[in-house]
Amino acid sequence: MSNVPADLRYAKSHEWVKPAQDGTAQIGITDYAQNSLGDITYVQLPKVGATLKAGETFGVVESVKAASDLYAPVSGTVVAVNSALDSAPETLNTSPYANGWMLTVKLTHAAEVQSLLDAGAYEKQLT
Amino acid sequence: MPVQYRSILEEHKAVRKAAGLFDVSHMGEVDVTGPGAEAFLNYLVTNDVTKLFPGRVLYSPMCYPTGGVVDDLLVYRRGPTDYFLCINAGNIAKDLAWIREHAAKFEVTITDRSDDYALLAVQGPKAAEIVQSLTGAKLGLLKYYHFVEGTVAGIHCLISRTGYTGEDGFELYHAAADAPGLAEALLKAGAPFGLELAGLGARDSLRLEAGYALYGHEITQEISPLAAGLGWTVKLQKGADFIGRDALLVEKQNGAPQQVVFFKTGDRRIVRAETNVLDDSGAVVGRVVSGTLSPLLNEAIGSALVSSTAITSPLSVDIRGARVHLHLVKPPFVALKKS
Repeated sequence: MSNVPADLRYAKSHEWVKPAQDGTAQIGITDYAQNSLGDITYVQLPKVGATLKAGETFGVVESVKAASDLYAPVSGTVVAVNSALDSAPETLNTSPYANGWMLTVKLTHAAEVQSLLDAGAYEKQLT
Repeated sequence: MPVQYRSILEEHKAVRKAAGLFDVSHMGEVDVTGPGAEAFLNYLVTNDVTKLFPGRVLYSPMCYPTGGVVDDLLVYRRGPTDYFLCINAGNIAKDLAWIREHAAKFEVTITDRSDDYALLAVQGPKAAEIVQSLTGAKLGLLKYYHFVEGTVAGIHCLISRTGYTGEDGFELYHAAADAPGLAEALLKAGAPFGLELAGLGARDSLRLEAGYALYGHEITQEISPLAAGLGWTVKLQKGADFIGRDALLVEKQNGAPQQVVFFKTGDRRIVRAETNVLDDSGAVVGRVVSGTLSPLLNEAIGSALVSSTAITSPLSVDIRGARVHLHLVKPPFVALKKS
């Protein structure tokens, strides 16, 4: 059973978004995603200042089993990157919603977040 | 056998540090018996079967007349005219057809025992202590690549000191119906030693870290044992003809046009099988045949089939637009302590 926190928004491609009051949002991959990938061995993320466009790839996550593209759940400009994942990508397995956060972006369209799945709808997609 | 029970990396480390239990019952088993068994097997495989005595195991490729590999297997000698083969699961039907076709000229009986046997492997530095706690067989006297028949947890087993991880360990052949009982007994006895269930993912990363060939990767119908670096298993001078000898003799004299090399990258990005290998001009000179992340070295390791003329030039691969250099190494990638 995957952990799907109620306070996050989700993309069908298994990324989560945690919007903040200041117009930024944190992005990561879900517990279901990390569990499907298995041991994560490498993460490739954009640099601060890069722009994300909803639905387009922004990076790669690799496990022993496979390499998978990461899809931007929302549009925005990268304002922070979790560089600790470079040397400890396994953090994505152990803490996908906290220490395993990937990026903070300044949202281009704050309303985009509302079009994402809520926890109930995402959970339904997993069953 | 699942790819993983818990985590490929954790299962891998458990085998290197303590012990792992692998259910490899999918492997095929074949009895080869009769007065012509030794002569037949010596004709069938490239290694020298006449070196075997009852209780001794031999690793060997089995080749086509072209020198390409039908399969690699273990040959067990149980008695003067009684042998037993362990073959790869994916090759059982092909191997049996090949073996039976060539057996016709010899006084031998071939029996497929794949459904009768289950196979559990206990591998790792603690394997001997764990198995010894369940058997009266004197494992201290059982050397690597030797076997003995006995009971483990009261279950009749062929106890083989072999494995596919580069660690000390045992492969326990037993009646299929006994497998759940034996597995439970091993897990229980092994728990205090840190024994963990290990899956196919760890099995692959362990064998690659040890530098062992896997059929379909380092050895195939197109890649001969000589090209794969398994020249030590091809006994051209064993004093008997064998299938593939003529072709392998020519390949040995002329040198193999392509060779399997092992590499590490110093980078965590896994170099996946089928990735092109490039020389310093960017020309394709080979392809990767196996690739994973070494859980012990924490970097990508793998093997590639490369044009022999290109091996001395700097080799690299392209991973999502980045040029990653291959540092050739002679395996094993990590220090191993086989008995």
